[in-house]
Amino acid sequence: MRSTRPIGLLLIALLTFCFGVAACLQPWLQSLETAHGETGNVFQTLFGDSRRLFANSFYVKADEYYHSGYYPTIFDNNEAFKTPHMAEDTGAVTSHNQGDETGFMGAPRDWIDAFGRHFIPNRHTHLDEGGPSDDLSDTSDVREILPWLKLSTELDPDNVQTYVVTAFWLRQRMNKVDEAELVLRDGLRNNPNSYEILFELGRLYHESRHDNERAINLWEAAQKKWLALDPQAQKDDTLTYDKILVNLAKAEEESGHWQQAINWFQEAKKVAPAADALQKQIDELKRKIEAQTNTPAGAPPH
Amino acid sequence: MKNIFAVAGIVIKELYRRKDFYVLFIVTILICVVMASVNIFDDKQIIRYLKELSLLLIWISSLVIAITTTARQIPAEKENRTLLPLLAKPLSRTELILGKFFGCWFACGLALICFYVFFGALAASREHHWPLLNYFQAAFLHWIMLGVVVAIALLGSLVFAAPSSNSTICFVVVAGILFVGKYLDRVALSLSEPGRSIAYSIYYAIPHLEFFDMRNLIIHDWPLISWNYFGLDVLYALAYTAFFLIAACLVFRRKTVN
Repeated sequence: MRSTRPIGLLLIALLTFCFGVAACLQPWLQSLETAHGETGNVFQTLFGDSRRLFANSFYVKADEYYHSGYYPTIFDNNEAFKTPHMAEDTGAVTSHNQGDETGFMGAPRDWIDAFGRHFIPNRHTHLDEGGPSDDLSDTSDVREILPWLKLSTELDPDNVQTYVVTAFWLRQRMNKVDEAELVLRDGLRNNPNSYEILFELGRLYHESRHDNERAINLWEAAQKKWLALDPQAQKDDTLTYDKILVNLAKAEEESGHWQQAINWFQEAKKVAPAADALQKQIDELKRKIEAQTNTPAGAPPH
Repeated sequence: MKNIFAVAGIVIKELYRRKDFYVLFIVTILICVVMASVNIFDDKQIIRYLKELSLLLIWISSLVIAITTTARQIPAEKENRTLLPLLAKPLSRTELILGKFFGCWFACGLALICFYVFFGALAASREHHWPLLNYFQAAFLHWIMLGVVVAIALLGSLVFAAPSSNSTICFVVVAGILFVGKYLDRVALSLSEPGRSIAYSIYYAIPHLEFFDMRNLIIHDWPLISWNYFGLDVLYALAYTAFFLIAACLVFRRKTVN
């Protein structure tokens, strides 16, 4: 019987050689990655730019979970699902949806279609409204969309909307304010010019942390970022700008800076669809200022 | 019946002697356990993505077991030269086909029990409740659907030359039905004649296996489906199973076995 010792020694020698080559190449490869500005993201290495396609699929998948599986396929009419409802319901996204969201399947075409509908989700529901059980007492099931959103942000770190949607649901339904802030800070690191993320971060500080001063600072930063956009981009998203300004005005009003609040409301009037409502608020604030000015000395302060 | 169940018993024994099932089962468990260990915003109650992955793996595994086990039954008997001695015994060709069918179908059923018990345990570990009737409906319809697939693969093993070609064709056909079967009528509308008539004919002729796919209902905790529709679904599958089995018996009756 032939001895296996030489083969064993050969294998050890090969292993040592491979280890040595790997140890030599590793620093060189690392420096090459840094030179190309790559961050070492696994998905970037594996998929390149095609990862954005997957990211979008997972984003849509999250919306499918938001509807508990009741979702149009490529063969269905998806006019009512152009903007994911999970994003629309955050109030941070402009909706492009039209048509009937409850009946995208239409009337059954034949007996096969009619029979098949008994074995698939066949009713429009939202997870934050109880899902298929319609139990409004338990709306935390919306947590189920989070794995897909997380995967989507990791695949496409430049998609601002994903950060905003993830943070909103984490904060509003899961009461995970710290995690929501981490998501937004992560988004801001990857997209330093995003006014949407700054706006959402401001909402987090205002609504969840009740820190008006920081919220105002963040919204002012968001306003500046929006103003730095090119005119076409500004025209495309006046809704967010309107929200930034109105939130700024309200926060200033809460802080007692009424004149500053009037300034923000007047700025918002230029882009707001309902300018009359804003004018009423401006008039109200002016009355308050007037009343304070006319208050005799010694009267209790505002 | 005795002969049929004797043949079926041998097929079931073959399944647990072979390693296919164990490999698929362990791979499913490993993938699910790894995915379950992923930390998603420190929330230990997120489960639906895991249920979806687990059910997807169960469906793939069950189809692999059903098709590969069935596709090699008759060709293996021929190759090992055991088909003639088998038929020399008081065993008709129809009994042999039925024995092979029931053996493969029951073997799939045993595999499904293991898979669904694992799935139930995985779901209960985070959801803390067992919707047993929902799981029963899903598993039973899944098993009934595998009956149709086993019958198709058995017919294919008598028509096609080699188990590999039969398996490949069966996988393509089953995947095609599951993914686009229910949309064929819409595809037909966009075609011109005679393509439209052909697409419509296929739409009405194929067994609609998607009727048995309750994964979305289970993943998203939808209520039970009506037992009337459940019963009709079972009858629908049994009709197709009978059709393919009769076709297999007729083909095998005319086939030379040496």
